[in-house]
Amino acid sequence: MIAATADAAEPDSARQRELVRLVRQDCGSCHGMTLKGGLGLPLTAEALRDKPFDGLVATVVYGRPGTAMPPWKTMISENEAEWIVRQLMQGFPEEAR
Amino acid sequence: MMTMNRWLTFLAALLLAGCAQTGLRGTGDLGVVVERASGRIAIVDTTAKSIIASVHGLGDLSHASVVFSRDGRYAYVFGRDGGLSKVDLLLARIDKRVMQAGNSIGGAISQDGRLVVAQNYEPGGIKVFDADTLELLSEVPAQSKVVGLADLSGNRFAYALFDKGEIWISDLANPRDPKTQKYPAGQQPYDGLVTPDGRHYMAGLFGEDGIALLDTWRPELGSRKILEHYGKGQEKLPVFKMPHLRGWAVAGGKAYLPAIGRHEVLLVDTATWKEAGRIEVKGQPVFVMARPDGRQVWVNFAFPDNGWVQVIDTLKGEVVQTLQPGKAILHMEFTPRGEQVWLSARDDNLVSIYDTQSFARLTTLQAESPSGIFFTSRAARTGF
Ligand code: HEC
Repeated sequence: MIAATADAAEPDSARQRELVRLVRQDCGSCHGMTLKGGLGLPLTAEALRDKPFDGLVATVVYGRPGTAMPPWKTMISENEAEWIVRQLMQGFPEEAR
Repeated sequence: MMTMNRWLTFLAALLLAGCAQTGLRGTGDLGVVVERASGRIAIVDTTAKSIIASVHGLGDLSHASVVFSRDGRYAYVFGRDGGLSKVDLLLARIDKRVMQAGNSIGGAISQDGRLVVAQNYEPGGIKVFDADTLELLSEVPAQSKVVGLADLSGNRFAYALFDKGEIWISDLANPRDPKTQKYPAGQQPYDGLVTPDGRHYMAGLFGEDGIALLDTWRPELGSRKILEHYGKGQEKLPVFKMPHLRGWAVAGGKAYLPAIGRHEVLLVDTATWKEAGRIEVKGQPVFVMARPDGRQVWVNFAFPDNGWVQVIDTLKGEVVQTLQPGKAILHMEFTPRGEQVWLSARDDNLVSIYDTQSFARLTTLQAESPSGIFFTSRAARTGF
């Protein structure tokens, strides 16, 4: 299981921009660019409110076998997955133009 | 008093002004490029290789798809947010627009051009609209996400149900009273296609190896599964993007299909529906599209290999060209007779245009996060 330490190193700001783009564009191909859902479930703050943080981070890192949710561990570190899930739970930032 | 000459010049000027206003021209070389982040489409001219106008206000266009009226004048744009817009390509403006669902992924137009049908995730099912007025005529609820909607002869439509693992065919002979037949498909069909003759409907399966096949000329024979076990029980690679089956990748008696979770294109003999080989490619295929003459098949790939495009020569049965047209190649579209292909490079904000014979890049066009590219020649093709 992944420890959800609040002081885990955050990705630097350049990487954060990349991650925002990755989530909007590449996660967006299944979850929708607005993250309101598609083939994958909605990832809005409202939809995730009552879900356990650790479970969501594990879903991003390891995927959900038997579903279309793939594991992202070869592209995203656990730290980064935690950062993404934190942002998702707060309402995900828009891409900077 | 005006001389005859002046009078003629005056008339000519009037005529010219009239042309400029109504855009007196054909639509056979027009098309649209979806600029997905901006809720906008660019109207393009494939002869001039240029963008001639933009139309704004189309909502969330991620995963947007487009079909055309049979006169090639109107583009029906299906937005992710459930918006359905009828865009006039000649006047470059929205003619009509309705919000028809919460979450939609595309649509199709009937053989006679009178009906536009939307396929929806939320609420799942299809909705039938009058192509002229966009009035809702009927719906077929499915309690499942609908994928792979394709038009068949006789104003019938085939589609697959992701959550239910079924293929449905709805007969819209009476568009206010659809008649629906259901067939088993397999686990999690993710997209579907109909062969160029409109006869065979195929649904690709995500949850298991194989493809469901239905002969729509003889639906009473039921559906069957082909290419079962193409993965031979090997663990598939993680799939970061669902492949698409659209694009009639049927050429020279073979269908070319993306393998799920594998760096392969699968070949199927369309006479026997048995595997006829596989071609190793650079990544997991997303679109596998035949050039209109069938001599070449172009393949793009899922993240992280989405900067590459490969070309298969269908006579040689091998990859003959590997290109890097830009960052994040999302879609490709051939000109009506296939001498050019247009590719959208989302992360370069460019559309790249290639000559399909020499593989030279002819030019590029600026577009904001371009995704789908659709040309009006689709209006005349079944399954587009
Ligand atoms: C190929 C399609 C696909 C892609 C790409 C994808 N997902 Fe998913 N995701 C799914 C599906 C399908 C589910 C639902 C799984 C289930 O049924 O439990 C899901 C579920 C999830 C969940 C759990 C939601 C919940 O309410 O339990 C999270 C979190 C998630 N995805 C995040 C991501 C992130 C972050 C990315 C990009 C890095 C991503 N997904 C990319 C298909 C995808």
